[in-house]
Amino acid sequence: MIEIDNVSKSFGDQIVLRDISAQFHPGKVNFIIGRSGSGKSVLTKCTVGLLEPDQGHVTYDGRNFTEMNRRGRKAVRQEIGMLFQGSALFDSMTVAENVMFPLRMFSDATEAEMRDRAAFCLERVELTHATDKFPSELSGGMQKRVGIARAIAMNPKYLFCDEPNSGLDPQTAIVIDNLIGDLTREFNMTTVVVSHDMNSVMEASDFIHFVHQGQIAWHGPTSEILTAKSEALNEFIFASKIMRELRKTVS
Amino acid sequence: MGLFFHIGRYASFMGSVLRRPEQGAVFRKLLVEEMNAIGLQSLGIVALLSVFMGAVICIQTAHQIGGWIPVYTIGFTVRQTMILEFSPTLIPVILAGKVGSNIASQLGTMRVTEQIDALEIMGVNSAGYLVLPKMIAALTCIPFLVILSMALGIGAGMWVGVSTGVSSAADFEYGMQIDFNAFDVTYALIKTCVFALIISSVSAYHGYFTSGGALEVGRSSTKAVVYAVVIVMVANLLLTQMLLG
Ligand SMILES: Nc1ncnc2c1ncn2[C@@H]1O[C@H](COP(=O)(O)OP(=O)(O)O)[C@@H](O)[C@H]1O
Ligand SMILES: [Mg+2]
Repeated sequence: MIEIDNVSKSFGDQIVLRDISAQFHPGKVNFIIGRSGSGKSVLTKCTVGLLEPDQGHVTYDGRNFTEMNRRGRKAVRQEIGMLFQGSALFDSMTVAENVMFPLRMFSDATEAEMRDRAAFCLERVELTHATDKFPSELSGGMQKRVGIARAIAMNPKYLFCDEPNSGLDPQTAIVIDNLIGDLTREFNMTTVVVSHDMNSVMEASDFIHFVHQGQIAWHGPTSEILTAKSEALNEFIFASKIMRELRKTVS
Repeated sequence: MGLFFHIGRYASFMGSVLRRPEQGAVFRKLLVEEMNAIGLQSLGIVALLSVFMGAVICIQTAHQIGGWIPVYTIGFTVRQTMILEFSPTLIPVILAGKVGSNIASQLGTMRVTEQIDALEIMGVNSAGYLVLPKMIAALTCIPFLVILSMALGIGAGMWVGVSTGVSSAADFEYGMQIDFNAFDVTYALIKTCVFALIISSVSAYHGYFTSGGALEVGRSSTKAVVYAVVIVMVANLLLTQMLLG
């Protein structure tokens, strides 16, 4: 379980996060939703330590990550996989090299073992045919899948995905969403997905945290989101016509 | 932002860069790649510039001397100019443009496409992983390029001098050897090593701390070259005063 305790973060005099607390459960897909610019990425970056919170701390299964030194963090980070918004594949390496990279840096696996593991991960995201291609030769959706394969290469306990399906067509987006859900259950990972896309929220989330004006304005299981009483949340989820139609049928 | 901010951030950046590499084998592979990019790929431009400079210095000196100034001054001047200033200073300045902008734009692109964040998330010391091989490659390759430049420049000067008839081969050789002070070469190589470190680290610093998008990557790369050249020039003055003054 990942616990965020009273985390605040400002840039200059712009307060982005105020006193945020949240819990993310293992084996579940935990969504962080909210409008563009609401601070979802900042919250994620504070959680994984790419940004330092001004206040508060983050614990991974009881280990206080925020107060750890470099060595302690390095150990926790090897249990974290992350899929970035733009995939962030290393463009000087082939697909297979990308997936093998964390193993090469942090395991004493032999070349053959690393190849096997990369092949397994790539097969899991259905990209066996792209093994020797370079990232620039792949479509956006394929790059995301390579990003997922790389993120799970080290068998992570925690998986973070920042807007995993931004820039993808609805069908490819659903493939990615389902892949994340399946992998989460298969490997019992604590998965955190950042999204502003209601489609994927309804498709793939188990739990939802809604970020609004620097705070968690609502949180709960996905089954309760359509009947939630939060005004800001309702404005967010029922912004589109199709969701308003859905509300009518639900009530 | 203030000078002190940059100095502080540069110092802590260097602190991360100079840590022991996580994987020796990976480091060695990157080092070879960087030596190829920084050293081998610069051979052509360095050779070309040096040959032309040596030839031009020879013709200019020949044009200026006459009457009571002996002909062997041509060989002497070509040697001194190449060893003291052209090879150890101008070659690094040229390389600041070529290698520096390349380093800054590569790291800048990696920053804005979150590749550096991806390294950090895995637990990799991104500054060390990306920058140390570049700095060591620069430190080993650029002095070699500079020695090559000296030899080619002097050779080209001699060839032009003899073939245009302004100096005999014997006069040129005599001038080339007269008053030779081996410390001049040491001085040149000390300068070169310092410049190599400045070029690689200053341009890496600008690239690594890029934020924004494609526009900022371009800006970082320009800044990298400008700062590297200015700092090289200031260091040139200080080192020359310290070593020769
Ligand atoms: N490194 C940074 N420096 C300054 N401001 C930032 C930085 N990162 C994010 N912000 C600001 O924080 C706010 C939230 O950004 P972000 O978390 O990226 O939003 P989103 O919810 O769309 O992911 C934005 O107003 C953004 O301008
Ligand atoms: Mg974001």
